[in-house]
Amino acid sequence: MYAQMIKSEATQDDPEKLAAFQARIDAGEKIEPKDWMPEGYRKTLIRQIGQHAHSEIVGQLPEGNWITRAPTLERKAILLAKVQDEAGHGLYLYCAAETLGVSRDEITEMLLDGRMKYSSIFNYPTLNWADIGAVGWLVDGAAIMNQVPLQRTSFGPYSRAMIRICKEESFHQRQGYDAIRKMAEGTPEQKKMAQDALNRLWYPSLMMFGPSDKDSVHSAQSMKWKIKMNTNDELRQKFVDQTVPQAEYLGLTVPDENLKWNEERGHYDYTDPDWSEFFDVIQGNGPCNVDRLADRNKAWDDGAWVRDGLLAHAKKKAARQHAAE
Amino acid sequence: MKNEWPLWEIFIRGQHGMSHRHVGSLHAPDAEMAIKNARDVYTRRNEGVSIWVVEANHISASSPSDKGPLYEPSESKVYRHPTFFDIPEEVGAM
Repeated sequence: MYAQMIKSEATQDDPEKLAAFQARIDAGEKIEPKDWMPEGYRKTLIRQIGQHAHSEIVGQLPEGNWITRAPTLERKAILLAKVQDEAGHGLYLYCAAETLGVSRDEITEMLLDGRMKYSSIFNYPTLNWADIGAVGWLVDGAAIMNQVPLQRTSFGPYSRAMIRICKEESFHQRQGYDAIRKMAEGTPEQKKMAQDALNRLWYPSLMMFGPSDKDSVHSAQSMKWKIKMNTNDELRQKFVDQTVPQAEYLGLTVPDENLKWNEERGHYDYTDPDWSEFFDVIQGNGPCNVDRLADRNKAWDDGAWVRDGLLAHAKKKAARQHAAE
Repeated sequence: MKNEWPLWEIFIRGQHGMSHRHVGSLHAPDAEMAIKNARDVYTRRNEGVSIWVVEANHISASSPSDKGPLYEPSESKVYRHPTFFDIPEEVGAM
C-alpha cells in the first residue's frame, strides 16, 4: 500500500450537509472537486493522494539505480519504460490532489521538508539486479492489491487516476516476475541471489499495507467515506495468499517458518512483520531515508533554473506575440 | 505558488473519427510544452492520434448547485424520445 497510516481528520461541519454527503457516497455517487465536501474529507484525501503520489516519485529512485547496469539492452529498455510509468503515475495523482485546493509546489515542498511521507518500502536499498525483479514482483504486486479496489473510491479524480494506473501496473508486476524467474531458473549463484532478494524484501513488502488492524485507529472514518476500501490485514492476507504459490513456482522459499496453509480459514497463516522496524523506518531511520530525501531535494534545487527559464521564455514569447497583434 | 507553471487540461482523440476526450491535466510553461508533456504522460501506449491542450483557467464550468435548474426541465419532456410514440406494426420500421 502506497499510503500508510493516513489519519482521518475530525470534521466539524453542518450535520445536515454531512448526512446528505454520506448519503451520496452510500448511493455510490462520485464526489467531484466543486461539490460540497466535509473539510476532513478534503484534508484526509490531500494527505492520502499526496502520499501516494510521493511514493510513485520516490519509488523511481531504487529502480533508477539499476537502469545503467541492467544485464541486457532489452531489460534496460523495459526498466526505463517502467520507471517512466512511475513518473506518469505520480503526475496523475498530483493532479488529482491539486483539484482539492493544494498547489503542486506546496505539496512538493511538504515532501521535501518531511511534512509529508512516502511509502516505507522505498527506504530499503536495491543491492543487486535480483532486487529489481523482486521489487516489480512483490512491491508492485502489493501496490496492485491496494490500487484495484481504490478504482471504486468515492472521489472522482482519484478514482480516474487509479483506473489509469491499474491499466499500466500489471506490466510492472509481470516484468518483475519475469526478471526474477530468469534468475531463479538460472545458475545456482543466480538462484541464490533471487532467494536473497526475497529474504530481504518479503517483510518490508508486508509492511506496505500498514499496521495491523488492531493498531490501525484511523480506518473507520476513511472506510465510511470510501477512500479506504479494505482493512490493512485484509489486503495483507490477500497478498500473502497470492504470492506464496508464485514463490513456490520459482522454487524459492518465503522466509517465514510459520507460513502454512490453514484449511479451516482458507488462507495462509503467516508471521507479521516486525512493527518496531516499520515505525522506525516511518520515523526516518530506515536504511535509505536520508538518501532518498537528499536526492529529491537535489533534483528540485538543480531543476529550479530550468523551471524558471522555461517560464521566463514563455512569458517573453507571449509578450512578443501580444505586441505584434 | 511562486513561479509555478500553469495547469493545462488535456484532451485526446483516441482513434480517427472519435471526439477528443478529457484525460487529465498537467503543468507546462506554454502550449507547445504542454503538448510535448501530454504526449509523454498520456499517450505512452498508443492512446491517441491527436492532442488538444487548454489552459485550465480558460475553462468555464457549470456549478454543481445549478444541477437542478439546468437539467430538471428535460426530465418532463418525454416526447423528445422516439419511444414516446406508438407506431402501428403494419407501418414497419421507422
